[in-house]
Amino acid sequence: MVWVNQDKCAIAGVGATDYYIRGKSYPRTINEMVGEAILKACDDAGINVKQIDGFAYYSGAQMGYGDKVDTASLMEMLGIEEVGFTAALTSGGGGAAGAVGLATAAIQNEDANYVVTVMALQQYRQRLGTVFGASAPSPENSFLQPSGLVGPGHLMSVLARRHMHLYGTRREAFAEVVISQRLNAMNRPQAIRRNELTLDEYFASPMLADPLCRLDFCLETDGAVAWITTSTERARDLKQKPVLIHAAAHGGTRNWGRAFAWMGMPDPDFGSSGHKPIGDRLWQQSGLAPSDIDVALIYDHFSAMVVMQLEDYGFCKKGEGGEYVESGAIRYKGGSTPVNTHGGQLSEAYIIGATHTREAVEQLRGVAINQVKDAEFALVTGGPASLPVSGCILRRDS
Amino acid sequence: MSGIKYGVAQAVPGDHIQITTDTWTEPYWQAAKEERLTACQCGKCGHFRMPPTAFCPGCQSQDVKWPTLPGTATVFSFAICTRSPFPDVPDFVYVPIVVDLDGAPGARLVSNLVGMPAEDVTIGMKVAVEWNDIQDGWKLPIFHKA
Ligand SMILES: [Zn+2]
Repeated sequence: MVWVNQDKCAIAGVGATDYYIRGKSYPRTINEMVGEAILKACDDAGINVKQIDGFAYYSGAQMGYGDKVDTASLMEMLGIEEVGFTAALTSGGGGAAGAVGLATAAIQNEDANYVVTVMALQQYRQRLGTVFGASAPSPENSFLQPSGLVGPGHLMSVLARRHMHLYGTRREAFAEVVISQRLNAMNRPQAIRRNELTLDEYFASPMLADPLCRLDFCLETDGAVAWITTSTERARDLKQKPVLIHAAAHGGTRNWGRAFAWMGMPDPDFGSSGHKPIGDRLWQQSGLAPSDIDVALIYDHFSAMVVMQLEDYGFCKKGEGGEYVESGAIRYKGGSTPVNTHGGQLSEAYIIGATHTREAVEQLRGVAINQVKDAEFALVTGGPASLPVSGCILRRDS
Repeated sequence: MSGIKYGVAQAVPGDHIQITTDTWTEPYWQAAKEERLTACQCGKCGHFRMPPTAFCPGCQSQDVKWPTLPGTATVFSFAICTRSPFPDVPDFVYVPIVVDLDGAPGARLVSNLVGMPAEDVTIGMKVAVEWNDIQDGWKLPIFHKA
């Protein structure tokens, strides 16, 4: 069944701060960075910030995992007079790609006309990499934290090992994700890691949570990214070529549930990204198949989870993700579906998934640094994490 | 798998481990205090659930049983960690494991494997429980090779 809201709404503008190595954005404040990203997104779209009348966040409106924005504070700071919609997808970065669906709901329900989605991250007090270990555990988390699985990388290494065990996935596959994305970052001035990376250097990288080494972990960075969603009709009268929201889904099943915060997932969900139900819905909503996707922006907090998402979205069969990436299929140059042409969170910057939407917009406007020729459809995914997980398909306007 | 020799897997130092409990998890930890490994079982349909919660996800009953389990388990997956999770403890090698508990089908525990070279741990290995004294008089189940 074709999605009732297919192509009815569009991303009209996108804006971002500079990307900083962890902590280097200090003494800027989180609200200041959020404000800058929103103002730049408005400028990009060609609207006045006072026209914003809706907010559709993800991650429960948390900015990273220590800060939180409040719509009322943003209205006061930016001079936004009235809002008709302010809501967030729950949990964390899993909803990164689903927020455009929430924005679409606001617009299609006629609650708001110009809806902003924003994410910011600043890590000068608490590192995200150790966020799970910082406090006395809740009763629920008392069944996890005492094991010393204190960071997301620890948790996901357990999933990666199960995948390797079941399917024979090799570290060379994780290396290919890292190396291919590094190649994409090398010509990008804003990318944090730009030096060329060899397979030998990958294997020399210290193991932080075997089977994952330091280079399998995403960057720790600061910055903010925002985008404006409006109706396609309105977007066509604005400054930029609209990027249509062709399909969007968030959610997931109980078998994935709290995922690596639970570890109770049966096979094959355990060695997966939890995204299969989202992929199934997107293909159903759009009538498209993975082969129709011109560029895929796949949430890459950890290299291994890119491999599992490619399987769950059907770019290859379950268990064949390792072979698939090792074949060169995800390369910008020569790949069948280029993945993370911006260098992703592994090499460019990590703003909880928001950089992926920014790149998708640039690709579908035809102005990306590593432009995929004639790109019409982009897949964007949210982080494999506690539900919801999410994905969307964005489309070039004809 | 990586070919690295890590050496013997250590327990996470118990004096750095805290837990908290609630109405539904407390019986599990009280049993652990007596070195009795249990898991939350539905009193109505027999379904196991871990961590313990207020309702059986199968039949929504709130009746619970706390059967004494054999204390053995099978390694489902694991990681090898080399950095100390605590700023005041030097780096050490530890192996967080996810195990399927014998006698409690469907119930998993996230724990640690100790007392053997980390690089020799395998998925499918049989393990047996031992107990790590942690803060406030609680005990934490950890495992060694059976
Ligand atoms: Zn029951």
